[in-house]
Amino acid sequence: MKPFAYHQPDQIPDAAKLLTSIEDSKLVAGGMTLIPTLKQRLANPPALIDLSKLGHLKGITDDGDSITVGAMTPHAQVAASKLVQTKIPGLAALASMIGDPAVRSRGTIGGSVANNDPAADYPAGVLGLGATIVTSTREIAADRFFLGLFETALQPGEIITAIRFPLPLKAGYAKFKAPASRYALVGVFVAKFADGVRVAVTGAGPGVFRVPPMEMALSENFDPSAIAAIKIDNDGLTSDIHAEADYRAHLVTVMAKRAVDAALS
Amino acid sequence: MQISFTLNGRPTTVEVEPATLVAELLREQLSLTGTHIGCDTSQCGACVVHLDGLPVKSCTLLVPALDGATLLTIEGLQGAPGSNRMHPMQEAFREHHGLQCGFCTPGMLMTAVALATEKPDLTEADVRHGLEGNICRCTGYQNIVVSVMAGAAAMNAAKGE
Repeated sequence: MKPFAYHQPDQIPDAAKLLTSIEDSKLVAGGMTLIPTLKQRLANPPALIDLSKLGHLKGITDDGDSITVGAMTPHAQVAASKLVQTKIPGLAALASMIGDPAVRSRGTIGGSVANNDPAADYPAGVLGLGATIVTSTREIAADRFFLGLFETALQPGEIITAIRFPLPLKAGYAKFKAPASRYALVGVFVAKFADGVRVAVTGAGPGVFRVPPMEMALSENFDPSAIAAIKIDNDGLTSDIHAEADYRAHLVTVMAKRAVDAALS
Repeated sequence: MQISFTLNGRPTTVEVEPATLVAELLREQLSLTGTHIGCDTSQCGACVVHLDGLPVKSCTLLVPALDGATLLTIEGLQGAPGSNRMHPMQEAFREHHGLQCGFCTPGMLMTAVALATEKPDLTEADVRHGLEGNICRCTGYQNIVVSVMAGAAAMNAAKGE
C-alpha cells in the first residue's frame, strides 16, 4: 500500500468537511472492500477518513413501524439482532449470508450500500424493502439511490448515517453464491407489504434492479408458483467467467421462487 | 502514529504508519509469526485474529483499528490458567488430526474458538457455514469439522467445571 494520511473525526460535519476539502480522499467504514482495493493499488487516496469514532452511527433502533440500522453497524450485529430477526427475518438472514464470519465482524451496512457493488447482498434488501437511505444532508428513497455499477445518488461530501427499513408483512432472501467469493451470482429479495410486493435482484446485472412482472404476479398470489413461468430478459445482464447472461436470467426465477418460499416459512 | 492496545493480555504500544496491516505489524514488528498470511486477499483466513472478541482477517485490517482495542492472536490461545495445557480447541485438533501441513491451522483455530464462543450448541452445518472464510489447501476439512465439534464440546465442558 502507498502511504496515506489517516483522519478519525468524531463528528459527522468534521468528516464531511475533510471529505470535501481533501481531493480524492476516501471514507473507510469496515474496509472490507476498500482495504483490498488499496492493497492492489487500484486506488491511492492521499487520505482516509475513518468513520469508526462516530459511535452513534452503530446500532439498531426500533421506531415502531420501522427499524433504523446505523450506517456503521456490522453485518454480524444485524444477523444476530433479535429485533431484526423478529420484525424482518429476511433481512437478518441476508446479513448472515454475507461473506464469512470475519467479514461480517467488520463489514458495515453503510459501506456496502455506499459502495453499491453489483453483486453485494445489501442493495437487494434495501431496494426490496423500499428502505430510506439517511445521509448527513437528506433522506433518499432506495428507488432513487442505486444508479448502476458502483454508482449511487450520493453527492460529494455526503455521508450515509443510517438505513431505515419499513416493516413488511413477509420478506425473504435467496442467493446463489459464487463459491469462492460468496458474492451473489444472483440474489433475490422479496418483500410483501399491504399495498403490494417488491422484488429486487442483485448479482445478475450491472446494478440492483426490480422485476415488475414478478411484483404484479406475487401481489395477486404470494406463492412461488405465481412466478414460476416468468423469465426475465437476458438483455443487459452480466456475462462473465462465472456465468453467462442466460444462466443468470434463469437463476433470477429460481432464486425469486426460493425467496418467496423463505418469506413464507 | 502511536497505537496502544492490549495484545494477548499485555498492554502494548507501537509506533507505526497508518498504511500498515495488522498482519504485517504482528509478523514483522512484533515477531508474532503464528498469524499466517496465505493469500493476502481476504480469502483464506490463515490470518484470523480476535479483535475485541470477534474474528477478523488481520490482512484486511489497518492498524488504527487496534487503538484502545483488545487483540488475541494464536500465541495468546491457552488452556485454563495454571493448567499448562493447550486450549481445548487446540487439543481437539491434535486429538482428531485436524491438520495436515498446518499452515491454515492458526486461522482455523481462531475462527473455531470464535464460533464455539458465539454459539455453544454448534451443529455440523453451523461449523461448515462458519468455516466458509477459512481455506485448507490440504483439503482436510472432514477432520477439521470433527475437531471443531469436539473442541466446542470440550469448551462447554470446561465452562461447567
